Amino acid sequence: MGMTMTQKILAAAAGLDHVEAGQLIEAKLDLVLGNDITSPVAIKEMEKMKTKGVFDKDKIALVPDHFVPNKDIKSAEHCKCVREFARRNEITNYFEVGQMGIEHALLPEKGLTVPGDVIIGADSHTCTYGALGAFSTGVGSTDMAAGMATGKAWFKVPGAICFHLTGKPSEWVSGKDVILHIIGMIGVDGALYRSMEFVGEGVHNLSMDDRFTIANMAIEAGGKNGIFPVDDLTVAYLEEHATRPYKVYEADPDAVYEEEYDIDLSQLKPTVAFPHLPENTHTLDEVAEPIAIDQVVIGSCTNGRLDDLRIAAKVLKGRHVAEGIRMIVIPATQAIYLQAMEEGLLRTFIEAGGIVSTPTCGPCLGGYMGVLAEGERCVSTTNRNFVGRMGHVKSEIYLASPAVAAASAVAGCLTSPDRL
Amino acid sequence: MNAKGSVFKYGDNVDTDVIIPARYLNSSDPAELASHCMEDIDKDFIGKVHKGDIIVARKNFGCGSSREHAPIAIKAAGVSCVIAETFARIFYRNAINIGLPIVECAQASREIEAGDEVEVDFDSGIIYDRTKGTQYQGQPFPEFMQKIIAQGGLMNYINSQM
Repeated sequence: MGMTMTQKILAAAAGLDHVEAGQLIEAKLDLVLGNDITSPVAIKEMEKMKTKGVFDKDKIALVPDHFVPNKDIKSAEHCKCVREFARRNEITNYFEVGQMGIEHALLPEKGLTVPGDVIIGADSHTCTYGALGAFSTGVGSTDMAAGMATGKAWFKVPGAICFHLTGKPSEWVSGKDVILHIIGMIGVDGALYRSMEFVGEGVHNLSMDDRFTIANMAIEAGGKNGIFPVDDLTVAYLEEHATRPYKVYEADPDAVYEEEYDIDLSQLKPTVAFPHLPENTHTLDEVAEPIAIDQVVIGSCTNGRLDDLRIAAKVLKGRHVAEGIRMIVIPATQAIYLQAMEEGLLRTFIEAGGIVSTPTCGPCLGGYMGVLAEGERCVSTTNRNFVGRMGHVKSEIYLASPAVAAASAVAGCLTSPDRL
Repeated sequence: MNAKGSVFKYGDNVDTDVIIPARYLNSSDPAELASHCMEDIDKDFIGKVHKGDIIVARKNFGCGSSREHAPIAIKAAGVSCVIAETFARIFYRNAINIGLPIVECAQASREIEAGDEVEVDFDSGIIYDRTKGTQYQGQPFPEFMQKIIAQGGLMNYINSQM
């Protein structure tokens, strides 16, 4: 029986010739990741262990990104705990304010995630690196602690859902619309405990940034991981970024999938997830009544990359946000920030009446930098629209692409760029 | 090992943002996290929960963020077991790793109601609803996970292997 791409990576990392769905394995880890919220809990757990040191100081990445620059005293204490741990253990890949970015945009950019890797991160959106043909998945702090100490983690080998992509997305359709469409189709637990494997000639019509966005939100369908095959675009990306050799895995031709879906990218439309679940999707052409909004957020590990900022700026160029709309733009890393500055994108955002922030996860999880009041609505390029996620329990989040978010800022209500 | 208590009942897709909102994640103290547990979905929970009580929910319990603060808050609030039709996978791992007992059982998650007195036998996986006089067979853990739970969590398990 053939193996899926995910199963082949896991088999190799476990030193086995063959694995199948449901099997419990112990796999070697290529990278263990944590942030300022999850790492302090992991560090406390590590102190309970007989072994105090880390398994490999080069294979751990610590990225304070959620509540930095420190939003309050308690956050500052958390960041201090992470910083001191990094110093004590001489962690190579600790990223201080000034070098940091949103973890899932930063690590691929720094070349720390490559095809064939097995990566765990104490952050649910660790599944992002599947865009590069790696197996990567979110875990909690205790798993992170065990991973940092032993360089290994246990996994239940997942079965898979296969998504055959064909066609080319139209002008205002991006990776965000693709993944929202899929989550709307299969539901927030549609891929529970399973891999989401994206294949087909349509993959070549998705930019790397689109693929990062799609893999990033696999967790929003309950998936263990999302994964893309390695093609010419991936290789070009790796030539620019990778810091170490990598191995490319392909699914066996007779790989077994538990479910298969065909998706023609050319048929997709701008898609929005309404409150309060990512599966609650509508295409904008079926929204009859105008939905007035108060805030727009463009950024996050889902949509804070260059492609995202470029398309938002294309919509906003020569336009101004509607009166009373607060538009917050957050480039995901310092390199993206600089490049956006070079290209004049930041000027476009500011001239349009928006603000541009240093990289942070802040508003996505209602931490700071854009918390909503009772009854307020936000169109956001982030990944979750749960009750109270961005602030008050009676606030609302509409998840959308950067193009739709920018257009909505201009219109003052939920809309798509072709309707401006 | 058994759990016994009265039931707090919730629906589908109880996410980690309502179990413990991110605005409280500037702390990692279990008691402080517990004081805000379930606040955004059930304001009365923390005032009413007693040591040993049981949460019963429908499908995909614990979806969303990987924050281990969620099972930590539930455990520190005194909850002895969570029963659901299914759990989101990161929550499932986290609960086992920190020693919060969880049981998957579709029928129990449908039929048990708020306020019922429920007992769970972890060895057999059987769930007894003492109020209704019914019983259900929950999904038992694989042997490997039972070892982690028996050791009181992943850290102790790893220490025992060293």
